[in-house]
Amino acid sequence: MPLDSASAEPLHPQARETLLAALDAGYADPRRLHHDGRRARLLLDNAREAVAGALDVRPDEVTFTGSGTDAVHRGLLGLLGPRLRHGTAIAHGAVEHSSVLHAAAWASRTWPQVSVASLPVDRLGRLDLAAAPELLTSPPAVIAVQSANHEVGTRQPVAEAAALTDAPLFMDACASAGREPLPQGWAAAALSAHKWGGPAGVGVLLVRRGTRWRNPFPADDRIDERGVGFENVPGALAAAAALQAVVAEREEVGVRQRSLIEWVRRRVVETVPDVEVVGDQDDRLPHLVTFSCLYVDGEALVHELDAAGYGVASGSACTASTLEPSHVLAAMGVLTHGNIRLSLARDTSQAQVEGFLTALPGVVAGIRGRLGIGEA
Amino acid sequence: MADDIALELDCTDLRCPLPVIELGRRISDVEVGHLIAVVTADPAARIDVPAWCRMRAQEYVGEDATAAGVARYVVRRLV
Repeated sequence: MPLDSASAEPLHPQARETLLAALDAGYADPRRLHHDGRRARLLLDNAREAVAGALDVRPDEVTFTGSGTDAVHRGLLGLLGPRLRHGTAIAHGAVEHSSVLHAAAWASRTWPQVSVASLPVDRLGRLDLAAAPELLTSPPAVIAVQSANHEVGTRQPVAEAAALTDAPLFMDACASAGREPLPQGWAAAALSAHKWGGPAGVGVLLVRRGTRWRNPFPADDRIDERGVGFENVPGALAAAAALQAVVAEREEVGVRQRSLIEWVRRRVVETVPDVEVVGDQDDRLPHLVTFSCLYVDGEALVHELDAAGYGVASGSACTASTLEPSHVLAAMGVLTHGNIRLSLARDTSQAQVEGFLTALPGVVAGIRGRLGIGEA
Repeated sequence: MADDIALELDCTDLRCPLPVIELGRRISDVEVGHLIAVVTADPAARIDVPAWCRMRAQEYVGEDATAAGVARYVVRRLV
């Protein structure tokens, strides 16, 4: 059973239904003026309005993109371009998603005058604004602050960061979108449908009306000047349907998930020796928790939990393609080995979480035993 | 720093979590107040040795490098 909704939430039933219908009804080129084209255009406009309504933004602030990553790149770099005469630094939190870090690195390669500043976080993974006075003394061209951290769940002070600087703020909201209302203070934001139960291959770029934004990539002659490529009308419509459903049920789901995660945080510490649960225990996303087990190999932990029926993610170096530990855990200064991120889907039950909690102590003890560690 | 190290653990080729396990096993081989060092190329050790010190109430002194250029993490035994 997957306990990894923070990587991908299973397709919401309403998204599946909508997607299947829209594959036929929305196949056509929405720029064409014939019957099928007009129908595709109508469906796309419906999707845009539904997303705007669910997020409490204006429809003309919504652009569908090919992924959350694409939305991050367009959001951040589109804010940067018009600002290059005012400043040359991209300031981002140290625990931003790798798509933000890659976009910033690309910008500094593309425009040699652009520098990248990483803003420190505290032990809970929260942006430490008091430790970043350079925001006030030498304003960056653009600042990137995520809504909440994708690995440890800690919410970020987006509005507070925006108030500290005149620079436009780009917000990666992929970890929280749908699950929580959008924080205030952003000029552009990025969302990813597969993280709220929509299909893969659909991202959402939000650009606040009145914001100076310029397409950082080659233009395309499509419906929305901020995007590129033939519109994925069925995907956009399914993403919108899932978002509406998730927003409608999030109060109930969020309360249930919040208390299940609180239970995990408590029980893991009680039942597993030498474990460190990380991230803010209260001011956090409802559905995920991260912890590290001392003297445990993260790769073995993921494999053995999977064999026991529980699919979890890990920030340990041995589980990463780069063989580097998670930059999020590193910036927080918390243990990176033996790391697990557990995240709940909308229908994850208490019994399933209890099964995981029952299996975990034995799996950890088994790995420690093979490494020659007794009762620690 | 180098002159004061009472025990140096050669974990050059060990990967996480083995260097930290070795540190945990051998810390009691040095006297309280003395230094123990872990030599390892494991990139996770840069984070995990200080984190281990915090969890175990030991003092993380800092990082330098061996003559061969391998990172060395120095810890003072406090308890």
